[in-house]
Amino acid sequence: MSDSTQTIETFANQEYKWGFVTDIEADAIPRGLNEDVIRLISAKKNEPEWLLDWRLKAYRHWLDMEEPSWANVTYPPIDYQNIIYYAAPKTKTDAPKSLEEVDPELLKTYEKLGIPLKEQEMLAGVAVDAVFDSVSVATTFKEKLKAQGIIFCSFSEAVQEHPELVKKYLGSVVPASDNFFAALNSAVFSDGSFCYVPKGVRCPMELSTYFRINAKDTGQFERTLIVADEGAYVSYLEGCTAPMRDTNQLHAAVVELVALDHAQIKYSTVQNWYPGDKDGKGGIYNFVTKRGACRGVNSKISWTQVETGSAITWKYPSCLLIGENSVGEFYSVALTNNWQQADTGTKMIHIGKNTTSTIVSKGISAGHGQNTYRGGVKILKSATGARNYSQCDSLLLGDKCGAHTFPYLEVRNTSAQVEHEASTSKIGEDQIFYCRQRGISTEDAVSMIVHGFCKEVFRELPMEFAVEAQKLLGVSLEGSVG
Amino acid sequence: MSLLEIIDLRAKVGDREILKGINLTVKHGEVHAIMGPNGSGKSTLAGVLAGRELYEVTGGQVLLDGKDLLEMAPEDRAREGVFLAFQYPVEIPGVSNMYFLKAAVNQIRKHRGQEELDAMDFLNLVREKMQIMKMDQTLLNRPVNTGFSGGEKKRNEIFQMAVLEPKLAILDETDSGLDIDALRTVSGGVNAMRSPERGMIVVTHYQRLLNEIVPDYVHVLADGRLVKSGGKELALELEAGGYAALGIYDEEEAVGRV
Repeated sequence: MSDSTQTIETFANQEYKWGFVTDIEADAIPRGLNEDVIRLISAKKNEPEWLLDWRLKAYRHWLDMEEPSWANVTYPPIDYQNIIYYAAPKTKTDAPKSLEEVDPELLKTYEKLGIPLKEQEMLAGVAVDAVFDSVSVATTFKEKLKAQGIIFCSFSEAVQEHPELVKKYLGSVVPASDNFFAALNSAVFSDGSFCYVPKGVRCPMELSTYFRINAKDTGQFERTLIVADEGAYVSYLEGCTAPMRDTNQLHAAVVELVALDHAQIKYSTVQNWYPGDKDGKGGIYNFVTKRGACRGVNSKISWTQVETGSAITWKYPSCLLIGENSVGEFYSVALTNNWQQADTGTKMIHIGKNTTSTIVSKGISAGHGQNTYRGGVKILKSATGARNYSQCDSLLLGDKCGAHTFPYLEVRNTSAQVEHEASTSKIGEDQIFYCRQRGISTEDAVSMIVHGFCKEVFRELPMEFAVEAQKLLGVSLEGSVG
Repeated sequence: MSLLEIIDLRAKVGDREILKGINLTVKHGEVHAIMGPNGSGKSTLAGVLAGRELYEVTGGQVLLDGKDLLEMAPEDRAREGVFLAFQYPVEIPGVSNMYFLKAAVNQIRKHRGQEELDAMDFLNLVREKMQIMKMDQTLLNRPVNTGFSGGEKKRNEIFQMAVLEPKLAILDETDSGLDIDALRTVSGGVNAMRSPERGMIVVTHYQRLLNEIVPDYVHVLADGRLVKSGGKELALELEAGGYAALGIYDEEEAVGRV
C-alpha cells in the first residue's frame, strides 16, 4: 500500500474521543420487555392513562410486526429481551429543578463533551436540553424562552405541563404503528425533547438537545416533538455521543416535526454515537425514524444531518409536503469507516400543489465502510406543479469500502419536474500528489478534498455546528477563504 | 553553488529502467530545455524531481542549493521551491482554486518562516498575477481544474507558479494541447517569471515552445540518457532534421529496428 493510501486510512481512523464512561449510579429496571415493563416506565414518569394506553397499543402492534430486512446492512439478530429499556441517573431528589441540583458528575460529563450547559457560560445563545440515558437532565434558558411563549422542555415535563399539546401532536406524523422501530419506541420511549413555538414567534436562539448513552446494555428510546405554529420559526440542533463498549447498543428514536401555515423548522443533527472499534466490535445501532409534516401553506422543513458515528445507521428524515407551496429539504453527510454501515436518505412525499423538495446527499466511505443512499421522491396526483431536485454524491477513500445509491421515484402528476444527479468519485493518488507538489501535506490534502466534498451540506448547518462537524471529519477551517 | 545538480540519476518504474544515468547542472537564472522523442524519459525525469511515488530512484544524487532533494517528501520539495507544471493538471472537485492556492502559499510561507497571508493580502497578490496570465477572475472561484478547458488548465498551472514563485520551475510538456494564442499567453507568463535567482527546466517534445521561451541550453534525452547538449540552436537543428537526424527514434520505433 502506498504512503498516501495509508495516510488516508489513518485520517479516517482517528480515535473516538467521546468514549469515556461516567461513573454514576443508575436507576435501571430489569432487562426485557413486556406489558409490565411498559406500565413500570409509564408509572415512573407518572403518566396519564391515555399515554399508557397509547404505549400499550403500540407495543401490541409491535409484537405483530417484523424487523425490516430491506436495508443494505447486516447485523446479528437483536435479542429484544436482553435490553434494559429504562435507565436514569440516580438523583437525590426526584427530579432536578435547577442546574444546582444536577449531579456534578453529570455536569462534568457534559463539560467534557463541550456542551455549554451552564447558563452563565451560554454566550453562544444555544438553549440545551440534555438527555442522559433515558431522562432529560437539564434544560437551559427555559425562562428566557418562556417569556416569548416558547415551550422547550423535556418530553416528560411536557406530558405533565402541556398534555393537550402532546396529545394533539404525538404520533400525528409518525403513527405508533408506522414501522417496527417506531412502534418499539412508542411503547418504551423514556424521554426526549419537546418544543412548541407559538404563532408568529421567531425563536431567538438555536435550540439544542444533547443525547448521551452512558449505562451499559441499555437502549435509548427518545422521542422529540417540535411544533411550529403559524408563522413561527425554529432552528433545532441535536448531538449525540456514547461510551465505547464492545457490545452493541440500540438507539431507536422517533422525531416528529409539525409546521403549520408559513412556519419554518430547521432541524440539524450531528450524530457521533460510538461506531465500534477497528474490527467492527461494539457500536451503536442507530435505527431512527424522523419525519416532518409541512401541514400549512408556505411551510418549510429542512433536515441537515452529519452522520459520522454508529456501527449501523438506518435513518430517513422525511417530509410530508401537504400545504400548498410547502418546501422540504434534506442535506446529508454520512461517513462510514472501519466496519460501519449506513443506509440513510430521505423520503419527500409531495401532496400539495406547487410543493418543492431538495435533496443533497454526500456519502463518504473509508476502510471497510458501506454507505448506502436510499431516497424516495413521491409525487401524488394532487401535487400539481411539484418539483424535486436530488443530488447524491459518493466519495471513496481506499479500495475496500463501498457506496450504493437507491433512488426511488414515483410520479403520478404529469406537471411535475423531477431531477436526479449522482456521482461517485475516489480520492486518487494523483490528486494527493498534485496537492503535495504544491506544498500541501497528504493529511491536509485529504481534509481539503473531504471538506470540499461536503461543503454544500456544511453550509446549511448553524455556525457552531458546522465547526463541530468539520472537526469531526478531521477538517480544519484554517486557511478558509470567503 | 549551482541551483540544481543532478548526478548519475537512475530510476525505474516497476522492473523497467527508464533513467539510465542523467547528469545535469542548472545554475540560478538559467533556462534549460529537455527535448526528446516519446518514451525517452522526459516526464519521468520531471516526476522524479518532484518526488512522484510511481518512480523508484535506483541510483544517483540530486542537490537543490546543495540540499539532498531525493531525501525530501514531495511537499517538502515544493516548500523548498520546486514547482512542477503538470502535463495533465489534476481536477479536484469541490475545492476552489482560491482555497487551494491559499493553502499552498501559506504552507510554503510557513516553511520559510514568513507570516501566513490573510484573505485580503492573498487577494491582492493573486489579482496582480492574474493579469499577467490574462486569467478570468471567475476561475478563482471554480473548483481546481474542474471543467477547465485544456488551455485554461495550462494557464492555471503557470498562474500557480507565478503566485508560488518557486526557485526551480519544471514545465512538463506545457505546450501540449495549446493553440497558438494560448501558447503565447502561457509563454508570456513563463518569460515574465525569468529572473537571475530562478532556474527553469522546460520539458518538451516540440521546438515551437522554444520559439516563445528561448532557452539558454538545450539537451536531448534519448533512452534514459542526455545524449546531446548545446545552445538554443540545437532545438532548431532538431526542428529541421527531426530526432532521426541524430539517430534517435521513438522508443516503439527503435524497438522495431532491433
